[in-house]
Amino acid sequence: MSRVLPVLSVLAAIVALWYLAAVGMNAAWVRDQAARAGETVTAGRLLRETMVLERPVLPAPHQVAAGLWEGVAGQKITSKRSLVWHGWITLGATLAGFAIGAAAGMILAVGIVHNRAMDMSIMPWAVASQTVPILAIAPMVIVVFASAGVTGLLPKAFIAAWLSFFPVLVGMVKGLRAPDAMQMDLMRSWNASSGQVLRHLRLPVSLPYLFASLKVAVAAALVGTIVGELPAGATQGLGARLLSGSYYGQTIQIWAALFAAAILAAALVWLIGLAERITLRRMGLSR
Amino acid sequence: MPSPVISARDVSLTFPTADAPVHALKDVSLDIGPGDFVSFIGPSGCGKTTFLRCIAGLESPTGGTLTVNGMTPDQARRARAYGYVFQAPGLYPWRTIAGNIALPLEIMGFSRPDRAERVARVLDLVELGQFGGKYPWQLSGGMQQRASIARALAFDADILLMDEPFGALDEIVRDRLNEALLALWAKTGKTIGFVTHSIPEAVYLSTKIVVMSPRPGRITDVIDSPLPRQRPLEIRDSAAFIETAHRVREGLRAGHSYD
Repeated sequence: MSRVLPVLSVLAAIVALWYLAAVGMNAAWVRDQAARAGETVTAGRLLRETMVLERPVLPAPHQVAAGLWEGVAGQKITSKRSLVWHGWITLGATLAGFAIGAAAGMILAVGIVHNRAMDMSIMPWAVASQTVPILAIAPMVIVVFASAGVTGLLPKAFIAAWLSFFPVLVGMVKGLRAPDAMQMDLMRSWNASSGQVLRHLRLPVSLPYLFASLKVAVAAALVGTIVGELPAGATQGLGARLLSGSYYGQTIQIWAALFAAAILAAALVWLIGLAERITLRRMGLSR
Repeated sequence: MPSPVISARDVSLTFPTADAPVHALKDVSLDIGPGDFVSFIGPSGCGKTTFLRCIAGLESPTGGTLTVNGMTPDQARRARAYGYVFQAPGLYPWRTIAGNIALPLEIMGFSRPDRAERVARVLDLVELGQFGGKYPWQLSGGMQQRASIARALAFDADILLMDEPFGALDEIVRDRLNEALLALWAKTGKTIGFVTHSIPEAVYLSTKIVVMSPRPGRITDVIDSPLPRQRPLEIRDSAAFIETAHRVREGLRAGHSYD
């Protein structure tokens, strides 16, 4: 209870502020309409009507919730208007990109820790790759893949991997170097090969670092996938839902898709957190 | 006299630093015979740990010659000539005690049945026979250190190098472990190099006490212990013990300029 109460208080404050903002931002439209009809707007009417506009500047929380519910439960999940269907498509590309990115990050980290030339050369390029604005690169990636006849999941997964390999790389380099001098000396006293050191010491010790960076990476992969769904008039995925919402001024649809993406991200991060807790407890590292 | 297991002639080790080079060891000469229990004692910075690490091939001397079993220390390390015990047990929390002791055996490629047999034997040797299936956090600090000694013994190296293995333990536990270590030494006949900064510990355990002093790290006295090999705890009240401890203290004082 002591943990739930602060969270609920903050949530309540946010929702209250949101309602205030919705009234403020949608008021102009309501006043406009009233003026056109030659009517005067009372405070009560203002309050009532700013909550129920079809295309509000800022939809009220309950409108977004209704939109989300309608998108999730109000459709067949195979419908193109179903958020479950769009979310499923985004999830597939996110997981594929996350797997590619995490694997690439881990392999590069192992290389960096064991090879001086890789240590000196790879990091600057990895950092440079992250300073490129992904929003600018994404359309080019989609176009290049499309010209090679590859569309659908793979180009989006590539962008997701682009964003998600970096936190894994940084976390794993730190994690693989985490064993202290005494542990390394013990391994040397046994004349262990670097492969044995990696397997028995570096990898187990790096796991807490790995899980921390996987949480960042999976969220980044979702962002990458949605960015990959924005260009070229994509018709599938939460990103496409965002895009079509903004084409037609469907603000409720945009917010519903945004929240669907946020819920998806939270679920993915929570899943990794769960795997982290189970693994680290089993290994005696969480104590 | 049998040929020495460890032989040092004018061993020096100089670390280059930004201002003046640091002489961690200067002209250290020492012979350690088979079955000797040699303690290195001295204030911090006297090079006792550095010398032990040189023997283990974990540091390389910059001058002089040092042989272990007639080989260079690095060759001896590759031949797995010694077991090394650090001040901290360094057990892996994700392995049981038996699993931890089996780790060097796995790395060295011992077969599974051979590993099981050896783990059981060294666990008995350090009197942890019941605790093979426990995890390190379930054991006290003294028991964990005993497990780390068992790990160093498991692959039957003739030399045991110990760097302040009981330094982090309280005196009561330390007394018990000293007694157990002597029993283990008597049973296995290993050559032991032991770094400590406790005078009673050095005198109680050793056949040979090497007194060292800092800046530069060097040997100021080598004392062959007059005590018999059989040593009950009460021996520490004997005249020979007190006299030897006195000589160690004198050696430490002479080497220490308090600057």
